[in-house]
Amino acid sequence: MNAVMAASPQTHDPAHDVPLDQIDVSNPELWASDSFWPYFARLRREDPVHYCAKSLFGPYWSVTKYKDIMEVETHPEIFSSEFRYGGITIFETNKVAFLPMFIAMDPPIHDEKRKVVQPIVAPDNLMRMEALIRSRTAAALDQLPVGETFDWVQRVSINLTTQMLATLFDFPFEDRDKLPFWSDLATTIPGPGGIVETEEERMRLLGECAQYFGRLWVERIQAPPKTDLLSMMAHDPRTRSMTPEEFLGNLMLLIVGGNDTTRNSMTGGLIALHQNPAEYAKLCANPAIIGSSMISEIIRWQTPLAHMRRTAVVDAELGGKTIKAGDKVIMWYVSGNRDPESIDQPDRFIADRARARQHLSFGFGVHRCVGNRLAELQLKILWEELLQRWPRPGQIEVMGEPRRVASPFVKGYESLPVRIHR
Amino acid sequence: MSKIIFIDHSGTRREVPGVDGESLMEAAVGNGVPGIDADCGGSCACATCHVTILEPWLSKLTPVGKDERAMLEAVSDPEPSSRLACQIRYSAALDGIEVRTPVSQH
Repeated sequence: MNAVMAASPQTHDPAHDVPLDQIDVSNPELWASDSFWPYFARLRREDPVHYCAKSLFGPYWSVTKYKDIMEVETHPEIFSSEFRYGGITIFETNKVAFLPMFIAMDPPIHDEKRKVVQPIVAPDNLMRMEALIRSRTAAALDQLPVGETFDWVQRVSINLTTQMLATLFDFPFEDRDKLPFWSDLATTIPGPGGIVETEEERMRLLGECAQYFGRLWVERIQAPPKTDLLSMMAHDPRTRSMTPEEFLGNLMLLIVGGNDTTRNSMTGGLIALHQNPAEYAKLCANPAIIGSSMISEIIRWQTPLAHMRRTAVVDAELGGKTIKAGDKVIMWYVSGNRDPESIDQPDRFIADRARARQHLSFGFGVHRCVGNRLAELQLKILWEELLQRWPRPGQIEVMGEPRRVASPFVKGYESLPVRIHR
Repeated sequence: MSKIIFIDHSGTRREVPGVDGESLMEAAVGNGVPGIDADCGGSCACATCHVTILEPWLSKLTPVGKDERAMLEAVSDPEPSSRLACQIRYSAALDGIEVRTPVSQH
C-alpha cells in the first residue's frame, strides 16, 4: 500500500508551520489529497473555534471540538439553518444551497415538514424494507467478478445506494442512474474538468431533474396515497403546495441525503478494514460486531459529510470567541469525530469500539439525520452479505489508492480499485 | 432500597437502584438496561433515550422543557406519555417509578 493511504492522520504534520490565521481547512485540494487531518489536529489544540478571513467560500468560523459542535447543534435559535442565510453548507455561490428545503429551515416550520417524510424510515417500515434490501445486496454481490480488479464505488456503493433511493421515491427503475448524477450535480464545485463548468449549467441540468420529478409528482397526486416519499409529500397538506423552488430544494435534500452519505460509508468501511488488518480479523472471527458497533464506527471513521453550516443570528460566545450576527459557522463533524477529549483513541478504527454510537456524523439536535437507521441497516446488510460470501480476513482487498472527492462537504470517493480473492 | 423499574417492549421488567440527581438515562446505561441508546450522552439532542411513563408517575415529573419538546417531535412513535430519559432526574419522590422502553430507538 502506498504511503498516503497507510499514513495515520497525525504521523506527519505539514500544517505545523503555517501561521494560525492562514489556516483554511475548506480548501478543496486538502480534501482531494486527504491532507486536512493535521490542520484540524492543530486547530483543536491551539484554536478550537477558529476564524478564517479569506477562502474560496468567503470568511467563516471553524468549530472543531466535539463539545463546541454540540453547543452549536443544540442552539438553533442562535445558530440558524435558514436557507435565506445560506443554509447548511459552506458554499456561497451554489444556488442549491439557497433553495428552501426543510433541513435549511428553523423550528417550528422545520419540525412540521420533517414529520411528513419521517414515516418512511420508521421502525415498522424499515422492517418491511429489510428483506428487499438484502435480496438486492445479495444480487449485486453475486455479480461481482472474483479474481480481477474492479471499481468498488461503481459496482457496490453507487449501485446499492441508487437502488435504495429509487425505491424510496418509487422512481422508474430503468432511469435510476439519473439519481446519483443529480446528487453529484447538487454538491459539486463547478470548474474546468468538473461535472459542470458553471453555476448556470448546474441549474439548467437540475431543471431537468425538477421536470422529471414534476411529472412523477402529478402522477402521485392523481393516484391514491402510497408509501413512497413523493406520494407522501404530494398527499400531505404540509407539503402538497410547495413552490417550485421548495420542491427542487427538498428533492436535492432527499437525493443527496440518501445517496452521497451511505455511498461513501460503503466505500470507507472497506478502506478502514484494509488499513487495519487486525480489525478485519476481529470482524471475521466475530461477525456479530457488525451490528453492535462496527457500522457506527465506520460512520464515525468515514464522516461522509465533513461539515454542516449554521449562520449566527445574534452575537454569541463560543469557545472564548465572539461570533457576530451574520457570521458563517462551520461545524466540522470530521474534526469533532477525532477529538480525543470526547472520543477515546479517536484516530484508531476499532471495529468493536465501546459506545460507538456516540459520534457526530448524523448531527445532533432537531436536524439530526432522519435516515440514520436506514443508513445503518443498509451498511449492516452489506457487511453481513459480504462476510457470507468471502469470510476470510483480507479476502476483499483494496488494490490501490481511492480517488477522493475534492470537496469540503461530501467527504467521499470517486473510485476505489478492489479485488476479491478466491 | 430506592428503585427504578424499566419495562421493555416484551414486558420484561428490570429493576435498578435509583440514585438522587442521576438521570433515568444514566441509570439505564450505567446498569446495562437495554432499549436506551443515548447517542448524544444526555444533551437532549438525539431522542434515542425515548421512554413512556405511566401514571401515577407521569404527573410527578417536572414538565417537558422546550428542548425536550423539540426533540420529542422527532421520535417515530410519540405518545402523550413520551419523555426523554436524560431529562428526568431521579429523586426519592420517584421511588418505584415504572419506565417503558420502545421496540427501538430512532
